[in-house]
Amino acid sequence: MANIPSDLKYAKSHEWVRLAGDVATVGITDHAQHELTDVVFVELPALGRKVKAGESCAVVESVKTASDIYSPVSGEVTDVNKGVVDNPALANTEPYSGGWFFKLKLSNPAELNGLLGPDQYRAQITGA
Amino acid sequence: MLSAGKRVNAGMKRTPLFDAHQRLGGRLIEFGGWEMPVQYTSIVDEHLAVRNAAGLFDISHMGEIFVRGPGAEAYLNHSLTNDARKLAVGQGQYTLMCNERGGVIDDLYVYRLGPDEYLLIVNASRIEEDTAWLEGQLTTFPRREATRLQNASDTTGAVALQGPRVAGFIDQCFPGVSVAGTPVKEASELKKNQIAKFDFPGTQVWVSRTGYTGEDGFEIVAPAGSIEALWNHLLSIGQPQGLKPAGLGARDTLRTEVCYPLYGHELDEDTTPLEAGLGFFVALDKDDFVGRPVLAEQKAKGVAKKLVALKMTGKSAPPRPHYPVWSSGAHIGQVVSGTQSPSLGTGIGLAYVPPEFAKPQTPLEIEIRGNRAPAVVVPKPIYRKAD
Repeated sequence: MANIPSDLKYAKSHEWVRLAGDVATVGITDHAQHELTDVVFVELPALGRKVKAGESCAVVESVKTASDIYSPVSGEVTDVNKGVVDNPALANTEPYSGGWFFKLKLSNPAELNGLLGPDQYRAQITGA
Repeated sequence: MLSAGKRVNAGMKRTPLFDAHQRLGGRLIEFGGWEMPVQYTSIVDEHLAVRNAAGLFDISHMGEIFVRGPGAEAYLNHSLTNDARKLAVGQGQYTLMCNERGGVIDDLYVYRLGPDEYLLIVNASRIEEDTAWLEGQLTTFPRREATRLQNASDTTGAVALQGPRVAGFIDQCFPGVSVAGTPVKEASELKKNQIAKFDFPGTQVWVSRTGYTGEDGFEIVAPAGSIEALWNHLLSIGQPQGLKPAGLGARDTLRTEVCYPLYGHELDEDTTPLEAGLGFFVALDKDDFVGRPVLAEQKAKGVAKKLVALKMTGKSAPPRPHYPVWSSGAHIGQVVSGTQSPSLGTGIGLAYVPPEFAKPQTPLEIEIRGNRAPAVVVPKPIYRKAD
């Protein structure tokens, strides 16, 4: 059963958001990494890039395919995780901690209300 | 009794092992019209199992075509590029089927099972094309009365057992001496490319020392109704030795590492065996065969494009099919196969480039999502076992 931490918000496209003030940390969910299996490469957005909610801004590559990662919310990229770039397997082993992707300074915090809560995301991935 | 042949469902065909794949947790995808497992646990896991221990692949989707009769050898020598006269009974060879332009219709293995009996193992995605083309060739073959073609793909299945540990338990899988083909006291005596028939409960199976992974191993051809029993039998004997089921994902990473072509990528009807670096399997010194004039000219004058192996040299995403290849500021070709190599931990691939860029150590750039990442031409195979 996929791990879905209760303190996070989720996008339908399988990214998670952890909020601290007006800074959001973004990564891919346990369900997403399980579907991808072996992550071999992660490409993250440049610092300072402004992204809109739903915009493709990162790429995760598994052995067989490249998958786009969509920013769940709008904002400016303030930090990227060098650790997951150096060790892509962290996206599989620690999707919610060591495998985080990037941080955004939110430009429109109201967008958070449009994200899924843990129960809603669980319902989506179990097809309930 | 329900049919034990290959079943058709919702447009996709299924092999006799479909239920087994589901029980093993196989992730099923569409491949060449077939519903096949791309992986069971993970591609990297299964790939490394084959390199270090043993892996078992369902290859029942591939095609089996029998060619029989006193005219068979001459017919095959006219229809295929390699020299079938070299085949002793119980021997196989890699060969290609070309059209009049020298373009590849399919790459395949041909085995001589008996004095006048041959078995062709062809790609799953090309069974219909190959059969139609072979039948067409037969209508104009002078000794067609002495030659019979039979597409047995629907009633025949196959599995591939690959890895360094396989030779250590294959004899337990098929105890006893061979009953046809190469005469051997036990299966592990078969040399590379040799094939022999062995008894198996309720039937007999053909066992060849061949494979598509770059590891030692065997491929086993059996009637479709016996494939599930065969699969379970091999797993029960092999699992204590580390045998794991392996899917098409690992099959692709394994063959890419050793630069084996995959039809539709390195080979197609507009590409010749010489461009693909397979001249060794084109016998220009035998009698005329389809495509010979074009291939002989290409051999004399040179090819316009060459298949090269490449490795990424920086930290980058892996190359993928269709990615553009650049060198010296010009767009010179494209990638046909590419992946992150599980054995090497870096991106690897195969690409077509003009001959002047084909030498090992030539620097290349692969365009990945609009940015060019550095790579280099390397000799084939890209992965080689340490001695």
